[in-house]
Amino acid sequence: MSTDYQYVPEPALVKGDHSFGSITDLIAKTPLSPTPKLWYLAFGLANILLITLLGAIGYLIWDGIGIWGLNNPAGWGWAIINFVWWVGIGHAGTLISAILFLFRQGWRTAINRFAEAMTIFAVMCAGIFPAIHVGRIWVIYWVFPIPNQMAAWPNFSSPLLWDVFAVSTYFTVSLLFWYVGLIPDFATLRDKTKSKVAKITYGIASLGWTGSFRNWWNYEKAYMILAGLATPLVLSVHTIVSFDFAVSVIPGWHSTIFPPYFVAGAIYSGFAMVLTLMLIARKIYGLEDIMNIDIMEKMNLVMMITGNLVAFAYLMEGFIAWYSGYIYEQGIFWLYVVGPYAWGFWILMFCNVVTPQFLWFKKIRRNVAITFVISIIVNIGMWFERFMISVASLSTDFMPSAWDYYSPTFWDIITYIGTFGLFFTFFLLFLRFMPMVAIAEVKGVMPQADPHNYDEETNEFDIEKTKPVVVQQEQTV
Amino acid sequence: MAQIFPRWANEVPQRILLGLIIFATATVAGVWYYFSPEYTDVGYAPEQPIEYSHKLHAGKLDIDCQYCHTNVFDSKHANVPATQTCMNCHNQIDGQNKPKEVQKIRDSWESDESIEWVRVHNLPDYAYFNHAAHVNVGVGCESCHGRVDRMEVVRQVEPLSMSWCLDCHRNPEQNVRPVEEVTTMGYKPEKDQIEMGRELVAKHNIAPPTYCQSCHY
Repeated sequence: MSTDYQYVPEPALVKGDHSFGSITDLIAKTPLSPTPKLWYLAFGLANILLITLLGAIGYLIWDGIGIWGLNNPAGWGWAIINFVWWVGIGHAGTLISAILFLFRQGWRTAINRFAEAMTIFAVMCAGIFPAIHVGRIWVIYWVFPIPNQMAAWPNFSSPLLWDVFAVSTYFTVSLLFWYVGLIPDFATLRDKTKSKVAKITYGIASLGWTGSFRNWWNYEKAYMILAGLATPLVLSVHTIVSFDFAVSVIPGWHSTIFPPYFVAGAIYSGFAMVLTLMLIARKIYGLEDIMNIDIMEKMNLVMMITGNLVAFAYLMEGFIAWYSGYIYEQGIFWLYVVGPYAWGFWILMFCNVVTPQFLWFKKIRRNVAITFVISIIVNIGMWFERFMISVASLSTDFMPSAWDYYSPTFWDIITYIGTFGLFFTFFLLFLRFMPMVAIAEVKGVMPQADPHNYDEETNEFDIEKTKPVVVQQEQTV
Repeated sequence: MAQIFPRWANEVPQRILLGLIIFATATVAGVWYYFSPEYTDVGYAPEQPIEYSHKLHAGKLDIDCQYCHTNVFDSKHANVPATQTCMNCHNQIDGQNKPKEVQKIRDSWESDESIEWVRVHNLPDYAYFNHAAHVNVGVGCESCHGRVDRMEVVRQVEPLSMSWCLDCHRNPEQNVRPVEEVTTMGYKPEKDQIEMGRELVAKHNIAPPTYCQSCHY
């Protein structure tokens, strides 16, 4: 190993010549200025999709789940695929806000608010599916352990019940985490707005935040605790979602690799979704200085790592199928590759195994257009991953007499498309009325926040000047 | 910077908290009481096509329950008597109190039209209750239907909810009695009910099922 290494300072997290004031102005500008026409257009489109979703759900409840393309071997189709897909999308939000917070990653500040909002709305979209895919939605409250006149209680050994607890806890904690983070920023908006109504609204939302030392002291502790709680939560929630499959006996489902592999896939698709949205938002709202190329590159790196973890899992599934010597396991893998859903498998292979390999190249990682395309491909790939797991395994299992081909109906498709309406309706409301970047946190990672920023000696970075300090520290140990 | 909220806003959080506590308590208590079969089902006493009085027939005249409800020891379904049963007496006896009501029975007899009794004890069709299985091991009529001999109009006295069924299936000794006393109204056991109940449970080898299949197939 060469000894000729040197300290490479991390590039500044906020580009441009920003001061605290200009950062506040840049971010607070959007919620405080009049609504742009483009927003109304987007919001209208999202609302149309939302109404479509509500209509599809209404018809589903009225007519029954037979309007979907489910058949007897494949009792789980698009509803579960979409559920797992949306929950997966949501996971990047918590990863960015909680796990990266525990690792003291300053670059998370550019995107954490954005990603948390995405989590909340993605979990809302996901939460719809477990509720509506049941045949009798009106007795869905039986899943809750409430004392009742039937003396009946849910069965706590079903992973579908764990899903109820996992997803509802996940939603609640994500919402709290997001809200705690928003309090100081609501206070900023409260103090900046001229409108009386907005002043009162943001005033209520900011809960009387004054930004005192005591406020911040408690806030940081609370945020740290929530981050510490959200981290195991994010890992366990998608683990529990994976248990829906892994706990069963179906070849292609009964696999111990599912929990970590699902979590890796969740982070992979979640980061892709954050990237897709971020690359649009930073352009429209002029946030290129904050959501800059360096941040994008780091996200691409996370995507590359998790993408390769997922690819490793696919490889492992194939290997274990061969190594198990179990004909059903081998059969299902063989059917993945050349069977009736082989097209899905090869789309999946291309999107999730080939695509992340492009991210090894720095030029591609730092290219906005290519990243945007990759982020979309990844989400398509991750949808197909859940498709292959759910449908392909179910359609062709133990008894060939119970094999059938699954194809979705119009209502499957329209329900899935409709959830984008729900997602974007809320997301656009978020973009319009809330600070989409955590103002207080971004200020915390700017050079001006460093108490030594204005020191005479370290004002400009100089490797020679910092060296003695390091040596001194070593001597005192 | 001007003050946004008035002074009373200081008290808003406490008020909201108090309101929430009251609201939550009221909701839980309200649902607990008003949504339960104890409230919705107990006391159901619809108007019948004929003003038939159990109080008169089973109480004053002391007719045994099985005279009319003949199948109760043999069938899963306890029958409502056909017009034939009424006509056993009422082809000769005019109702002294309600001659018009008796006339309705005779009309039914002549016209061959069934009397459209209104069912009071209604279980959903996915719960398969069996009368014979209960009375043959000593569950008295009274335990589930109340003092029918005192009812002018039949009403539901027990909730018939699943937890009510299970309460007895889990602790049958509190309700069983000697089989010959099943139709006795106002039966008083000679010794302690629990003690006698335990003996009867052992004697008849009663093992009330609490698994799904026993009632829901």
